[in-house]
Amino acid sequence: MTKFKKGKQKDIKKCDLAITGMHCASCAVNIEKKLNDLEGVKASVNFATSKASLELGEDGNLESAKQKIKDLGYSVLEKNDGEEIEDKERAEKKKEIKNLKNKVWISLFLSIPLFFGSLPRLFPFIPDILNNHFVLLVLATPVEFWVGWQFHSGGFKALKHRTADMNALISIGTLAAYFYSAFITFFPASVSSAGKMPEVYYDTAAVIITLILLGRLLEAVAKGQTGEAIRKLMGLRAKTARVIRNKKEIDIPIEEVAVGDIVVVRPGEKIPVDGLIIEGKSAIDESMITGESIPVDKKEGDEVIGATINKTGSFKFRATKVGSETALAQIIELVKEAQGSKAPIQKLADQVTAYFVPVVMVVAIMTFTVWYIFGPSPAITFALLNFVGVLIIACPCALGLATPTAIMVGTGKGAENGILIKSGETLEIALKINTVVFDKTGTLTKGEPDVTDIVSVTESPISNSQFPNKSQNSKLSNGQSEILYYAGSAEKGSEHPLGEAVVRYAKDKNVKLSDHISFDASVGHGIMANIQSNNGKGKTVEVLIGNKRMMDNNKIDIGSIQKEVNKLQSEGKTAVFVAIDKKLAGIIGIADTLKENSKAAIELLHKEGLKVAMITGDNGKTAEAIAKIVGIDKVLAEVLPEDKEKEVKKLQGEGKIVAFVGDGINDAPALAQADVGIAIGTGTDVAMESSDITLIGGDLRSVATAILLSQKTMKKIKQNLFWAFFYNASLIPLAAGVFYPFFGILLNPMFAGLAMAASSVSVVSNSLLLKRFKV
Amino acid sequence: MDKIIVGIGGVGLSIFVIWYFLLKSSRTISAVKGENIQEIYIIVDGGYKPDSIELKKGVPAKLMFDRKDPSDCLSEVVIGDFKIRQKLELGKVTTVEFTPGKKGEFDFSCGMGMFHGKIIVK
Repeated sequence: MTKFKKGKQKDIKKCDLAITGMHCASCAVNIEKKLNDLEGVKASVNFATSKASLELGEDGNLESAKQKIKDLGYSVLEKNDGEEIEDKERAEKKKEIKNLKNKVWISLFLSIPLFFGSLPRLFPFIPDILNNHFVLLVLATPVEFWVGWQFHSGGFKALKHRTADMNALISIGTLAAYFYSAFITFFPASVSSAGKMPEVYYDTAAVIITLILLGRLLEAVAKGQTGEAIRKLMGLRAKTARVIRNKKEIDIPIEEVAVGDIVVVRPGEKIPVDGLIIEGKSAIDESMITGESIPVDKKEGDEVIGATINKTGSFKFRATKVGSETALAQIIELVKEAQGSKAPIQKLADQVTAYFVPVVMVVAIMTFTVWYIFGPSPAITFALLNFVGVLIIACPCALGLATPTAIMVGTGKGAENGILIKSGETLEIALKINTVVFDKTGTLTKGEPDVTDIVSVTESPISNSQFPNKSQNSKLSNGQSEILYYAGSAEKGSEHPLGEAVVRYAKDKNVKLSDHISFDASVGHGIMANIQSNNGKGKTVEVLIGNKRMMDNNKIDIGSIQKEVNKLQSEGKTAVFVAIDKKLAGIIGIADTLKENSKAAIELLHKEGLKVAMITGDNGKTAEAIAKIVGIDKVLAEVLPEDKEKEVKKLQGEGKIVAFVGDGINDAPALAQADVGIAIGTGTDVAMESSDITLIGGDLRSVATAILLSQKTMKKIKQNLFWAFFYNASLIPLAAGVFYPFFGILLNPMFAGLAMAASSVSVVSNSLLLKRFKV
Repeated sequence: MDKIIVGIGGVGLSIFVIWYFLLKSSRTISAVKGENIQEIYIIVDGGYKPDSIELKKGVPAKLMFDRKDPSDCLSEVVIGDFKIRQKLELGKVTTVEFTPGKKGEFDFSCGMGMFHGKIIVK
């Protein structure tokens, strides 16, 4: 069935709609069927993603499609789903922080008199009324049961499900202190008859709750900052777009922009979606996506990225990627994925936290038992306080927060600077990198080589009369023009950068080229073509263009021109041999210009103590010359494109941990083989499957920044894990009173509360220090 | 006498704690609802119920988390092996969608790693 009018295929627009309210796959089938009944609409509805993908023909109408979905009883999400959730979450978090603040204040207000009242010998100036146990009970009860309710409800819910968390520990600890004190308050005779002072510990319960709550408040504020990067990225999105519909400019919500729409952008405005400029030019600030501070000049045919800012001129562009396909949406998705990933180092912490709380409970019970049986008098007091101390000081939260908070801040910091780190695993391997391999063409160099020299063999195998296309304006010698005619004609239509350079140069020199009769390419060697001489009218000659290997394979002697070849190569130029009818005609010198920051990038890597290698198809001499200019340590020359992966493997075989830097398209196998594949982004293609790190901007200095950021993040993770383990491993025995028989040290449970609150906060704060990382 | 009681009680309670928390067995619930559909409703309240979920490899899965517990720890669910860290709104059902591409047993947990569950991909 043809859904669209014939000949109108070009006008088909694609867009996605987010649908809510679907309960099962049959809902999706129903919506799809009804949408497909509409004129000019081709729809496919996915239940799993809750999305309808629409193709609208000339007579298709997006509004009527939306209406149809609504008529069927479902909703279409007008606002971007992710952003809406983010907004809600932010509001919820704000409310939670406000609520926590209020509780902390009330708790403090009640706990301070409790603290002073419970220690009459230390604070004799306190009014007598605060020494009354019933007054203390009245002050402590709201702290224990109103302020501390979240610990009890959370803790008991967990216990009911046969799991135990932090809340359970706090709840059991403070309730033990509270109920023991309440028992003493109502039945003081039960201990005084045994000759002991009736002491209460309401202050312990209340102060612990206050301090832990204060810790949670600080933690909530700090944790809110760890996810800031995603919020910032989401905030970059434009809300509306000005598109041309029915020959009129209209403003529409960004969600309604479809692929193929013509979008108008004026100076100072945000570019709404990704696309290609079709009219006008401007300088565009892409710093928010690529991390590069200097605006980029763009003209007709150039790619624009959504969320970047148009600085100077007005232009029109055709939307090529909308919705979840845009570079920004892909970046957000990648960062989210990275933040959801785990570093392998976390596995140990995960295993520990899984058993932690029950083990701490057992330790606390045994502490109570041992102190009660073997402890000095009053044994019950020591047993109770140490039992509470162990429960309170144990902090699995610090272990749980150690890795994810650092990953969130580290990957977020990277994204702000155009560095997308794929996962926690990447961070861990990046720490071990000792060798960085750069692909030469397109990575270290601009990848747009230019012809610099043409050297003709004096005894030309073809007489000059056969060569008809010498332009009158050309400054080329006859021999040079002849080489350019045959090489250019053979390379006509070539997609190889060297071939393109030859054709471009021929055009610049006004050399008219003819079409080749036949063409055969040998990857990594060169090409063979049959060309007619005399501007395509003369006899057919065989033209061979390629490297030394190509000439050797065809038994063409290149000895006569070796001196010139050496000279070109020592200047870092590639010598391309041209042979006509199996005889050498000459060489074309081609050089690819280095990227501005190549040298600086390698210097930075050297500063980090890394070895830098370069991989290229060029011959050794040319490669060495370039390596010398930029300061490369090791050259891997004359490597065929398909062998780059093997070279990386070879280095790994030598025990090296290798990062490979390439363009992400041609270098995919090598990127995948390397321990860390670093892809240089090309415009809006952000999500590169084979790479571990994507640099959105083309600045090579980001390679060093990415490695350094990974290393810093990993160091933070290690610091956090060390402190979290060290904290628990040393303070739990202290709280249990293990050191008492030797040094007479015991821990007051109130200090345990303080230490526990401080441990989580310090881990999160340490991760947040990564924000100070300077690019 | 009281010391003997506390001693026996302490050891007994410790054994109970170990049995209660560490030796529990959880029933695995399959999320497979049809040829190409797998979805499961999970209550988030003092842990995950069910906490052991069976999925089929290569089929898009929907895990619908209904968060009823205000505890901050449970405000996020992390399925690290599938690169998922999802915030869960209190009092709402949040759907986590992914296609399990590898077989095995994978842990999922709350944001701080206190509550755990597992996904078994067959």
